[in-house]
Amino acid sequence: MKLGKIKEILEAKVIVGASLEREIRMICACDLMSDVLSCVQSRFSSLLLTNLIHPQTVRTAEIAEIPAICFMRGKEPQDLTMDLAKKNGIVLLSTSFSLYEASGRLYKEGLPGCSEYREAK
Amino acid sequence: MTPYVKAPKIRELGYELKVRDVMDRNLITVQPETPMSKVRGVLRLNRISGIPVIDKGKLVGVICVEDLVNWLMARADNCSVEEKMSKNVVTLYTDEPLIHAINKLEQYGFFHFPVLERENRELAGTITREGIIRGLLKKLEIDYREEEIRHYRASHVFEDMIADKTSLIFQYYVVGQDFNRAGESASALKKTLKRLGTHPEIVRRAAIAVYEAEMNLVIFARSGEIIVKVDPNQIRIEVEDSGPGIPDIEKAMQPGYSTAPDWVRELGFGAGMGLNNIKKCVDEMNVTSTIGKGTRVEMYVATKKESVSYEVKGTG
Ligand SMILES: Nc1ncnc2c1ncn2[C@@H]1O[C@H](COP(=O)(O)OP(=O)(O)OP(=O)(O)O)[C@@H](O)[C@H]1O
Ligand SMILES: [Mg+2]
Repeated sequence: MKLGKIKEILEAKVIVGASLEREIRMICACDLMSDVLSCVQSRFSSLLLTNLIHPQTVRTAEIAEIPAICFMRGKEPQDLTMDLAKKNGIVLLSTSFSLYEASGRLYKEGLPGCSEYREAK
Repeated sequence: MTPYVKAPKIRELGYELKVRDVMDRNLITVQPETPMSKVRGVLRLNRISGIPVIDKGKLVGVICVEDLVNWLMARADNCSVEEKMSKNVVTLYTDEPLIHAINKLEQYGFFHFPVLERENRELAGTITREGIIRGLLKKLEIDYREEEIRHYRASHVFEDMIADKTSLIFQYYVVGQDFNRAGESASALKKTLKRLGTHPEIVRRAAIAVYEAEMNLVIFARSGEIIVKVDPNQIRIEVEDSGPGIPDIEKAMQPGYSTAPDWVRELGFGAGMGLNNIKKCVDEMNVTSTIGKGTRVEMYVATKKESVSYEVKGTG
């Protein structure tokens, strides 16, 4: 699913990033960075849903090659986080939904989690 | 125009490039009082389909082929450009992303737009379909060539060296407790390995392993260093710190075991998964530690094609 479509489903706002053309294949929803690093199996195609807005979240995404992050409950990060995202070409979104609600909406639209994605492959 | 703007790469470039990067700076203009009879010559001479009309430095209109044709068809008397030009001119600013220009061309079906400087609204150039295509192609070619060169140089480094055995060593110094810079070494190493032409999956595994070890260093120790040795067959990574040490390594390796303080947990770390993640990403791992002295995590990732497993081991 195109990131642009996901933005619509989550009624999200774009904080960093110009193009929403990226194809997203699976979702990783969590607030634990080690879980993010261990769960995202496929490169370039996951979206991270998280409550954590500090720079380490973007750093983690960079290392795990996650192209986009969406923050929950309308949280918006500080400049340092945004700068790091810009530098690494990572798209940042912000939705007013909670982690549970956002996950539910995307799951309903057919986007799998990472273990399911692997099975489907 | 529509089909090619749908390509993701072109759209990306459309945001990256600015109108000023592709606009035609060759300013051919006429004045409001220029007679219509002269317009044809100017259009033909410059092979353009429209001319901005300038009055005292400001853009007041555009006269284009269509206006000229209409005037000729009407067989009207000669008159000034001012009478026949379009006055409601759609313009662009030099600092707008190119994608705006592409969208506007599509929206209005025009062939060209005058481009203004945002500060003083003075005419800076014109943007045309040909200009856009030329600009995009040029950018694509430059990007491609730069990447090729960089990649070629680095990925052939091993072949270019004359020795019985060649290895590269990268060293990174890490400051503990500084969360704003945590992960910089892993990030730098990742870029370096990519340039060396290392397989993307290997780069990813090495980067995750180093990142986890670097985060542990930052969280639990005051300082340390990361030494990476790359040779044609494997990557050896050593992360050493002068921190408190680990009392029970076996326990520390268990998923979920963590002594991370609360402030670390608030940042999303301290799930007790780090060492376990490292184990999954690397082919071999040794942890040694002395209480009060420090900890050393040694990791090996095989890079030789035959011996590489491209899947991350286990499930997440
Ligand atoms: N360099 C180190 N110095 C001292 N203790 C360490 C070091 N690395 C790990 N440990 C100990 O081992 C435990 C487990 O480490 P591990 O990386 O698996 O989890 P964590 O860092 O606590 O959480 P996570 O990595 O999931 O964010 C740590 O909580 C800590 O007690
Ligand atoms: Mg850890």
